[in-house]
Amino acid sequence: MLTIKNLHAEVEDKKILKGINLTVNAGEVHAIMGPNGSGKSSLASVLAGRENYHVTEGEVLFDGMNLLDMAPEIRAREGLFLAFQYPIEIPGVSNINFLKTALTEIRTYKGLAPLDAKEFLRLTKEKQKLVEFDAKLVNRSLNEGFSGGEKKRNEILQLAMLEPRLAILDETDSGLDIDALRIVSKGVNKLRSEKNAFVMITHYQRLLDYIVPDFVHVLYDGRIVKSGTKELALELEEKGYDWLKEQVDEKQAEEKQLGEMQLGEKEAIQ
Amino acid sequence: MNDNELIDNIANKEYEFGFVTDIETDIAPIGLNEDTIRFISAKKKEPEWLLSWRLKGYQSFLRQELPKWQNFELPAIDFQQISYYAAPRNKKKYNSLDEVDPELLATFEKLGISLNEQKVLAGVAVDVVFDSVSVATSYKEKLNELGIIFCSFGDAVQEHPELVKKYLGSVVPHSDNIFAALNASVFSDGSFVYIPKGVRCPMELSTYFRINAENTGQFERTLIIADEGSYVSYLEGCTAPMRDENQLHAAVVELVALGNAEIKYSTVQNWYPGNKDGVGGIYNFVTKRGICKGDHAKISWTQVETGSAITWKYPSVILQGDYSTGEFYSVAVTRNKQIADTGTKMHHIGRHTKSRIISKGISAGHGNNSYRGLVQMGPKAEEARNFTQCDSLLIGDKCGAHTFPYIESKNNTATIEHEATTSKIGEDQIFYLNQRGIDSEKAVALIVNGYAREVLNQLPMEFAVEAQKLLSITLEGSVG
Repeated sequence: MLTIKNLHAEVEDKKILKGINLTVNAGEVHAIMGPNGSGKSSLASVLAGRENYHVTEGEVLFDGMNLLDMAPEIRAREGLFLAFQYPIEIPGVSNINFLKTALTEIRTYKGLAPLDAKEFLRLTKEKQKLVEFDAKLVNRSLNEGFSGGEKKRNEILQLAMLEPRLAILDETDSGLDIDALRIVSKGVNKLRSEKNAFVMITHYQRLLDYIVPDFVHVLYDGRIVKSGTKELALELEEKGYDWLKEQVDEKQAEEKQLGEMQLGEKEAIQ
Repeated sequence: MNDNELIDNIANKEYEFGFVTDIETDIAPIGLNEDTIRFISAKKKEPEWLLSWRLKGYQSFLRQELPKWQNFELPAIDFQQISYYAAPRNKKKYNSLDEVDPELLATFEKLGISLNEQKVLAGVAVDVVFDSVSVATSYKEKLNELGIIFCSFGDAVQEHPELVKKYLGSVVPHSDNIFAALNASVFSDGSFVYIPKGVRCPMELSTYFRINAENTGQFERTLIIADEGSYVSYLEGCTAPMRDENQLHAAVVELVALGNAEIKYSTVQNWYPGNKDGVGGIYNFVTKRGICKGDHAKISWTQVETGSAITWKYPSVILQGDYSTGEFYSVAVTRNKQIADTGTKMHHIGRHTKSRIISKGISAGHGNNSYRGLVQMGPKAEEARNFTQCDSLLIGDKCGAHTFPYIESKNNTATIEHEATTSKIGEDQIFYLNQRGIDSEKAVALIVNGYAREVLNQLPMEFAVEAQKLLSITLEGSVG
C-alpha cells in the first residue's frame, strides 16, 4: 500500500530525514518509535504534504501512485489520514459542518453522491458510538475549548467517519490519561481491517499494549535503525534508546574513521 | 499551492457581478446648485415644504467641510461633476412583472434575485430601487390589510405627507454631516415603511438597491417608523455593475422605534469594489441612525459589507426610552485596495438601556479595515450596560486592521465592557482542513464563515445563506 524508498527531506535547510525505507501493506499495523527529535513527526508531515517540508531525494508510492506529486487534499481524498499530534482549533466552524464538508469532498472525489442530511446524521451517530465520542462535542466548534483528550478523540472520530486506507497516528497517545487511552485504542482496534493499514508514531510502549503492532521500527537521526516485531518495543521500554543510539553512533564513528583512514592512506600513497 | 499564492489569488479575484444594463435614463444636468435641487423636486412633484427642507439641506452642505478624522485618505470629490438624478425613462407603474422591461428582469436574474422566485418562495415583499426610482412593488395588498405602508419614498411623500413631514430628518437632521446634508438636498428616492400600533409585520421587507447610470450619484433615503408595540424586519441588499469612474453613494437611513417596538435592519452590501488596483469602485458614505424613542424599544443593525472601494458608515442607535436596546452586528471584508472605516455609536440616554456590539473585520490583500465605535453613557443612563466585542481577522501580511473604540461615561452606575482580538488565518488551520480532503479555497471560506458566524446568525434565514455565499465568493481565488 505504502512504499517509502530512500526518503530524504529537510526543513529550512536542515536535514531531518536521511534515507527512510519502509513498506506498509494492507491489514498491517506499524509502530514507529524513537527518541525526541529523531524525525518521527517529520515523517508524518512529509507524508501528509505539509508545506515547508522539502523532499530532496527518494520516492513514496501510495498504491503505486506517486504520493509526493499530490496536493495535501488529494492525498487525503486518496485515503491518507493523519491524526494530528496537536489538532488545530477552528473557532465558529462546527464540528458537524466540518465533518460533512470533509466527507462530501472525499465522496465527490470518488464519484459518490454526497450523503443526505439524514444518512449523514445516522452515520455520525454510529461512528460516534463506535469511538465513544461525546455527542455534545459534535455540535461544538471544531476543537475549540476541547481538552487535550477530547481533541485526540475527535481525531479518531474523524478517522472513523472518513474511513481512510492508511491512517498515520502522530503521538495520539500523548496527553491521554489511561481511560482515554483505552477508549481511543478500542476505537482504533474496531476500525482495523484487512483493507486498511495504520502507522502509529509513539514514544511509549504503553500504547502498544492496547493496539498491538505487527511491526516496530526505531527511528533515530532521520533513519530507521532497527526493525522488529512487538518484542522490540518491550526491549526498548526496558533498556531505553541509549543502547541503540550508542550502537548507531559507534557504527557511524567507525565508518567515519574508516573513511578518514582510507583517505589518509590514499593521500599517503599519492 | 503555498500561502502566498492563495493570498494573491484571493487578493486578485475579479468582481463577479460586473455588467451594465442598457436602459435609457432621464438624467439631471451635471452639477449641484439650487436649480438642480428645484429640478429634482419638480420632477418628483414634491410639495413646497419638502423643497424648502431640501434647500435648507443645501445650505447646511455649503457650510460644512469634508471630515479629516477618518483613517484613510479621502479622495478628492468634485461635487460639480456629479449628476444628481437619474430615473429609468419608462416610469409607469406596473401591475405585474410581465409589464416590466425584460432587460431589467434579466439583470435581476443575473444577480440571482428573480422577483418571481422571491415572491413565491421567500414570502418577501420586494420594493426594487433601480437607479433611484421604484419600478416594482409586490405584496402591497397583503400589507395594506394590516395597515402597513411599504412604498417608495416618493410615493410616501405623495400619499402620506403627514408621516413623512413628522419624521423626516428627526433622527438624521439635514445638518448632521456633510454627506447627510448632501443627501437631504438631492435625495432621489428610497423606501418608506410605517408599521401601525401593535402590528407584527408578517414578512421580511426587502429592497434591492442597484446603481446603474454612469456618473450618477446615488442618494437614497429610507425612513422606517415602527409605532408602539410593532415589529418589522427590513432587508437591504445590493450589487452594482462594473464601472471605470468612482461613484459616490451617500444614503441616509432613519429608523424610529416607539415604545415596545422593534426594528431589525439587515444589510448585505456588495457594490463594485474597484479593480485590483482600487480603480473605479463605489464610495459608500452612508449615514444610518435609529432612535428608540419609547420605553422597551429595540433597534438592531446587522451588516455584511463586502463591496465598495471605501465603506464609511456607522449605523447608530439613540437609546432614549428607558429599558431600550440597541444592537450592532457587523462583518466587513476588505481585499485588494478596499478600505472600510465602519462601526457604530450607541448613545445611552434612558435608564437601564442596553447595547451590544459585535464587529468582525476581515482583511485580505492590501485591504484596510478600521472599527470605529462610540459608546456614550449620558448622565441619566442609570444602570445602562454595553458589551462590545471587536475582532479582526487577517489573511496575508499586506493588509491592516485597526480599532478605534471611544467610550464616554457620565454615569457611574453604567457598565461598559470591551473585548478585542486580532487573529490570522494560519497555515496550520488551512493544512488541517487540507488533510481532511478540503482544498485551500474551501478551507478559507469555511474558516471565514466560522469566524463571522455570530453575525451571520443574526440575519434572516434566506439572507444568511446568501451572505454566507457572498463571503465565500468574495474571498474565493482561482485556487487549484
